[in-house]
Parts: sequence; C-alpha cells; structure tokens
Amino acid sequence: MTARAAGQPAPDLPPVIADWFAGRGWRLRRHQAEMIAAARGGRDALLVASTGAGKTLAGFLASIADLIETPQEGLHTLYVSPLKALAVDVQRNLMEPIQEMGLDIRVETRTGDTPSDRKARQRARPPHMLLTTPESLSLLLSYPEAETMFASLKTIIVDEIHAFAPTKRGDLLALAMARLQRLAPGLRRAALTATVRDPDGFRGWLSPDGDFEAVALVRGEPGARPDIRILLPEDRVPWSGHSGRYAARQVMEEIEAHKLTLVFCNTRSLAELIFQDLWSENENALPIGVHHGSLSREARRKVEGAMARGDLRGLVATASLDLGVDWGDVDLVIQMGAPKGSSRLLQRIGRANHRLDEASEAVIVPGNRFEYLEARAALDAVEEGELDEDLWRPGALDVLAQHIMALACAAPFDADDLYAEIRTAAPYATLPRETFDRVLHFIESGGYALRAYDKYKRITQGKDGLWRISHPRYAKQHRLNAGIIVDAPVLDVRFRNGRKLGTVEEYFASTLTPGDTFFFSGLSLEVEGIKDADLFVKATAKPARIPTYVGARMPLSTNLANRVRRFLHEREEWRRFPPDVREWLRIQDERSVLPQPDQLLVETFPREGRYYMVAYSFEGWNAHQSLGMLITRRMETMGLSPIGFVSNDYAIACYSLKPVEDPRPLFSPDILEDELVEWIQTSHLLKRAFREVAVIGGLIERHVPGKRKTGRQVTFSTDLIYDVLRKYEPDHMLLSAAWEDAKGRLTDIGRLADLLDRAPRTMVHRALDRISPLAVPVLVLIGREKVAMGTADDELLIEAESLAEEAMRLN
Amino acid sequence: MVPLSFCGHDLVPLPDGAVFWPARRALLVADLHLEKASWFARSGQMLPPYDSLKTLEDLEGVIDAAGAREIWCLGDSFHDREGCDRLPADARSLLESLTARTQWTWITGNHDPGFSATCGAAVVEEAEVDGLLLRHEADPRETRPELSGHFHPKLRVRLRGRGVSRRCYVASERKIILPAFGALTGGLDAQSRAILRAMGGPAAALVPTRDRLLRFPLAA
Repeated sequence: MTARAAGQPAPDLPPVIADWFAGRGWRLRRHQAEMIAAARGGRDALLVASTGAGKTLAGFLASIADLIETPQEGLHTLYVSPLKALAVDVQRNLMEPIQEMGLDIRVETRTGDTPSDRKARQRARPPHMLLTTPESLSLLLSYPEAETMFASLKTIIVDEIHAFAPTKRGDLLALAMARLQRLAPGLRRAALTATVRDPDGFRGWLSPDGDFEAVALVRGEPGARPDIRILLPEDRVPWSGHSGRYAARQVMEEIEAHKLTLVFCNTRSLAELIFQDLWSENENALPIGVHHGSLSREARRKVEGAMARGDLRGLVATASLDLGVDWGDVDLVIQMGAPKGSSRLLQRIGRANHRLDEASEAVIVPGNRFEYLEARAALDAVEEGELDEDLWRPGALDVLAQHIMALACAAPFDADDLYAEIRTAAPYATLPRETFDRVLHFIESGGYALRAYDKYKRITQGKDGLWRISHPRYAKQHRLNAGIIVDAPVLDVRFRNGRKLGTVEEYFASTLTPGDTFFFSGLSLEVEGIKDADLFVKATAKPARIPTYVGARMPLSTNLANRVRRFLHEREEWRRFPPDVREWLRIQDERSVLPQPDQLLVETFPREGRYYMVAYSFEGWNAHQSLGMLITRRMETMGLSPIGFVSNDYAIACYSLKPVEDPRPLFSPDILEDELVEWIQTSHLLKRAFREVAVIGGLIERHVPGKRKTGRQVTFSTDLIYDVLRKYEPDHMLLSAAWEDAKGRLTDIGRLADLLDRAPRTMVHRALDRISPLAVPVLVLIGREKVAMGTADDELLIEAESLAEEAMRLN
Repeated sequence: MVPLSFCGHDLVPLPDGAVFWPARRALLVADLHLEKASWFARSGQMLPPYDSLKTLEDLEGVIDAAGAREIWCLGDSFHDREGCDRLPADARSLLESLTARTQWTWITGNHDPGFSATCGAAVVEEAEVDGLLLRHEADPRETRPELSGHFHPKLRVRLRGRGVSRRCYVASERKIILPAFGALTGGLDAQSRAILRAMGGPAAALVPTRDRLLRFPLAA
C-alpha cells in the first residue's frame, strides 16, 4: 500500500518515520506530505486518489507522527470504513509499519463481529487507534462512557467516503461526527475517496460547519491510464441478453492467460449463471470461485482466504467486492454486461494492479447492442475523465431518530443544544426545527397526533429541562435494534444435513415449489421443501431457473445515457463500431428514425395480434419500471387493454390489445400527479420502504434476544401497521420518510419527472408496420417479466382453485 | 355472497372475515385483538394507536351491510385482559354504541381470560346457539358442530411465479375456524400442523371472493 520512489522531500517527520521510509528505499509521496501538512496546520482534509496510491497510509501518517511527538493515553484516532473486512484489512496493513518502527501504538478493530468482552474493555481502556464502521461507532456513542472515551480524540479518518456519504449510512456517520466534535472540540477530520466528480460536495459533507473551502483538497498522483478493451467474440454483438454469457469461452481464455482475474457481474443471479457458464468451459479445471452478498459468511470467508493465499485463478463477484480490500494480486478485471457508469467502472478496474506506474488491465463484455454502445460510451468517458454525478439528498429522518435515541441512551440532553449540534451535520444542515421536534416526539411516544402513549414515554423531559430515557431497558432495546441495513426477509438455503449455503429472499422462495431448480452458490439446486426459515435443497444435474433478487438496480448513469444518445445520431462515430452494430443502426435509420440526442422516439407497431409501443427514453431501469406501471395504468383507463410492459436501461415497451394511436397523452406530466401517487401508495414499493424506516426509526424491534436473526423476526406485519397509519395519520413522520425513500431510491422520480416534462416538446412518433431494429433488445425481454393489474389477485386464486380441482378429479 | 351449508344451517362466510348467519341475523367474528398496539407501546414499541378504531369501524361496516342484530365475538377480542380499559375515547364510544344497538356477546379467549367488559355486553366462556357450539379454540374431540377462532388461518397460493396470501376460513364437516378480524393481527398458514390437528380430520381452506366461495383442500 505504500508507494515507491519518486516522492517529495519529507516534511519535518519524526526521525523514526523518516528512517523507516529510508530503510525501505521509499520516499514520502506528494499527497502523503500534503496530508501531513494539512494535519499539522490543524486543517480538515479530503484526499482524492485512485486505488493503489498509498492512500490509507497517507491518512494515518499524521496520527502516527503526532503520537510519536506527543504520546498520550486514550483514543487518538478513529478510522471509519464502510466494510468490516476493510477495517480488519487496514489493521493488518497498519500494524506492519507500526511494528517495524518499534512504536508502542495500540490499534484495534471494533465491528459487529468483535466479542462483547473486548468491546467492554475497549470502552474502559480504549486503544490509541480504533478502526470501526458507522454502525459500531453509533453504538459506541450510545454508552455513557462515550464522553470520557472520546474526550482525547484528535483525528477521525473516513475511508471510501464516495461509497457511502450520500446514503443513510453516511447520514448516520455525519451525525456521529457532529457528536464527536462536541465531545472533542479540537477533532480534525480527514477523508479518503476514490476519484469523484464533485470533490467540493464531499468537502462540504466532511466539513463541521458547511464551509467546504476550509477543508484542504489533496489530490493523489494520477496513475497510468487503464488499458480497457471491449471483448467481442468473432467481432459480433448479440441482439439480446444483458450478461455477455455468450462469451464464456473467451472469458475463460482470459482467465487462463492471467494470474488472477476478477469477473464482475451486475447482479447476484447473473454471478451464479456466469460461474456456471465458466465452469462448463473450464477444461483445465482451474480453481475459480464465486462471491456475492447472499452467500453465507463462511462461504465468503473461504473464497476470500483462497484469494489472499493465491489459490484462485478467477473469481466471479458482484458489488460485494467493489471496495478496496486487498485480497490478492489481481491482474485483470472483466466487467460482464453493461458498466452502468464511468465512476463505477473505474473503481472496479482499480481492483486490478495496485501499483500506480503500471496500467490496470480491464475487459468489458457487452451483452447486447445497446450495451455495446454503453461500453463504448464508458470507455470514452474514462478516457476523457468524465465521472458520474454524485447524487446528494437531505438526511433521512429515520436515521435521525435512531441517532437521537442513541444519544439519549448515553446521557441526558437539552433539545436546543442537540438541534444546533445536528444542524452541523451536512445532510441535516437545513433541518427545520419543526421537523426536529416531530422526530423527538416520535422517539418519545411514537409521534402520534393523538397523545395516546403519554404514559409509556421512552424519553421524558425532566424539571431541569433535559430529556432522558425513562427506563434502562430502552437503552438495551436500542442497542439490540440499532443499525441502518434492514435486510429483506430471507430464508436460509440448506442441505438436509443442515449445512447452510446462504440465503434467498423470502419473496423469491415464495415462488418456489418442491421440484423447482435454481442456481445458487455455483450449484444447481432442487427444492425439497420449506420449513420455517429454511429452504431445503439437494444438488441436482437438472437445468435450473434463475434466482431472483428483488430491489432497485443500479441504473445507467445520466452521463453515459447522454453519450449513447449522441452515438445514435452522429454517424461519424459509427466507424468505430463493429459491422453488425453499424448495420443495426443503419437499418433502423432507414425503417424508422434515429432520434436526435434531445428527442424522445416512440414507435408503435402491430405484431402477432398485439399492439406494441416502444419509447427510447434512456432514463435507466428504475425510472422505466415506474413509468411502465404508470403508463399501463393510464392505458387501462383509456380502454386500450394493456397486457403488460417490459423495460431495460434504454427503453420501455408496452403491449396491448388495442393500438396506441397517439402516445402523447400517455406521456403527459400530469401522470405524475394522478397515477403516480396512487400507484406508489398501493404498490409494494412504499410498504417495503415503510418496513425499512419502521425498523431504522425504532418503531418496531427487529431482534428478539435469543432468537435467530432473520428478517422474519420483525414481530409485526409492517404492512398492516402501514395500512392503519395511512388511514388514520397520513402525515406521520415515518410515512413521510418512507415516501422520500420510495420516491428517490426506488423509483428515480427525479429522472422520470424530467423525462415527462420534456416529452411534449421532444416526442417523435413513428407508426410502423412491423418491429424496428432498435426495438428488438427490449422486446425479447417479454415473457420474462409479468405485470399484474386490477383484480389479478382474485383471478390467480380462482385459477389456482380450478387447477387443483382439475388435478384432483378422479373420473 | 355464497352460503355454506353447515350441519343443517346456512352460514355465509364473508370476504371481510366474519360469518353471517341469516336465520338469526347474527354475525360471528374472531380475534379482534383490540388494543394490541397499546399493549406493545407499554414495552416501547409505539405502534399506531388506531388499531381498535380501525377494527371497530370495519366491524361496524360489516354489521350495517349485513343488517346484523346479534354479534358473537369468538375470543381474543382484546389483546390482553386490561385492553378494554385502555380503549381510546373514540373507539370506546363506537364500541359502546355498537353493543347498545345489537345483542352482543363476548366469548373469552386465551389473551383475554376473565376480562371485565366495561364496554357493555355479556361475557361467557362458550355458548351453544341453535345446536352450534361457539368457542375460542377448537377442540379436536368435540363431536357437536363447532365454530371457533384462535389460529388466525391464512392461505398462501403460488402460481406462475406469483404468490397471494389471504386470511381464510378452515372448514370441515363439523368445524369452522374463522380468520382473525383485527387490524393488526398476523396469520398462521392454513396448512400448519396446529390447525390440521385442531380440525381432527379432512379439512379445506375457504376463501370467499365477491361472487364465489373458493375451496382449497388441505393435506391431512
């Protein structure tokens, strides 16, 4: 993790550090020197650097120097990373220089995996440096000892800040930093990030008072340009698919030609399929593995261990490996399917080759012709240094509720002081007092207009004006339930002998019946039965269905979408494309039209007794899914008898029994007022969001002590609570919080609203006599997704009954 | 609304989860679990304090639509025996008006044994009405026709990759288990062993829709 040669003359470093650098033949890099200089000047600092630039050490050097020059007892530096594994990894990498320098600096980790006796000891006798996660830090702040423990704190270092600053975990950390600043007023903040588009946004996030210019901006040295190729077997791109599965043979050849290859997939189910495909091409039986967030912890640890020991040649992975843990000497990164965004692509590529002076090698395998254009766009964007937008949002209220409860568990508080403190956290800088008071009321007694629970208050205001918890059991309850990640209810996947393979979402499990088969953990599995929270399976040789994981997907970023739109229209770009992509575009132009970058092309055509409408809106999958629901609803109102819709990142296709003569009314902005509200409120989206805010906000408990920790353990049906609340108190704080989540994260309403706003001006409608080339990639999805409308639930039950009756008939 | 012939009586299992008995103009409901939310609020889980109001408003709707004069609540009407005393004012006055204008009987359950009905109406442990036994929990050894609650049966159906989960009735020749009527009550799979054991013989899950009564045989 340290950089070699070509450095900066060392600033006045303590001799022991200077000697250590010299002993290794290293010199201080410029950004390392600048981080130390910022620290010595008492300034907060943001380091922007690509992976492999001695980044972590750059963050810690100032603290090591300070501890040498001014030895102290107690906690000096707090390091926060988004991943437990990263905290452990950093500890290992930090201990090496500290030991070699012969320093008496204690470094410990504290995560959810830390045994409770060690946690208690850490509170009583903290190490000099503590490496932790936002959730564990928040828990620490809920103990009365927090005040003494953090009083000596000098520095907080936040790693991989790009990965979580604009999320709920970032909200929690921002609030925790506001509290730390109060416990240790001299606290200095440092953060490390991969290259981002808007460093000033991150400086503002880091700043204790919103003054981004006060935060020093340190830039790492640019590494060698990555060497990225698009892999096209026989120079052809398929019509459909989104995974690049057709290229398994070529991908396997790449693995054979490299030491260690990471194969990134966009979804867990895809990772399972790709692993199967590679395995069947693996004639030399090379050691390859699969790694994703639904596998059991043991299974993941095993793979990570094998990778670190150099026992693996290839690893199929998802975003679970996105962040910078060093598990091995990766020399090639392959992206299966579309990269979705240039920043993400760069971060993934950064996993190959942690040395700056050598180019990272990467390969993209586009799954279809649109994905080819997207891959080309991503390459251009990387070349030009254009990164994805960072999407900032106001801090979430459920997170705020959790934080305030944590503070109440630690010590009594004054509401005015706390409100002022919270406003120093960037995501809450503009929080209105009234909203703060609503959150306080929520924590106190549920936040209901009807003050039904005044006699059961969890926190009460004393005669001294301070708020405190009304019973110690509420502190215990809080610590059991705190946390930001609310997993969807899951079932354990097990063999009959009890061995656990991992988990699948209950939703997916509910679609399985005994005898069904699916890919999981690199195996084809047959369902034997479901009992309580276990899905029992056996290995099978039968072909398998795909596991489905519900939830929002990473959508195509706006900058790549804009580039793809430009490709369609600018013919001089086509020279770079393979012949079949050029031909695809040329015939499209002849038979229909290629829209200009600012136009919304809508095509309608009949096919096999149905009528199709395809809109090329390029707003990403999440926005398109929402649009599909809205448009088919409106088609129903207009008597067009819609049957269903499908979408991908680029287009949406609706099909109906009657033709759409004029698509304009379907894309009018009032759809957002009329159909949207109704749809979001009745769909599972809002209920899903509500479940999350109800748990994070502390309305309901997620863990019952002594029971297994599955998502099932939420003791109540949050759907029922949602229904009651929506009827009797539609303005309740948790409903507002759920609404914000559903609107932003799950449906991408912002992009949808922009699209509908532009639609009347930019729409170009082509009525065709048959399907156009551009429509093929989205239409082939039909049959893989279903849409249910109206009284479909009743119809399903009626059908199920008649099937059962038919099957049971004896004559 | 499709009637079900049960031991010589015509009963109508309604989609809302109550059984209407036209001959007596009686309505049977089970497991209202009133004041479940406030019971949990005492331990710090501040569920919306509107569950009783919601449940009673729903019940009022069913009573009025059916024109019922007689109400039988088959136990666990309150989530705990003090529930009746915690009713918020609006729910209490609604309940009082309902008990005043109908002939209302509380049958006690395991959640509310021996509660004192401060909201009016009689409290009994079980009742036999025109030969039908009404009680909270089914007794597998009972030979008389019996209607009960307690289990909160729910049916899950999967077809073509989609799933539906509904409150349902479980019925056999001589037994009917009603679904839970309460707004915050969860459910137990109708296939579960506990329910099949209580039925003591072949049984089916019944799901009323607007114009049909769907019947799903349960594995014995």
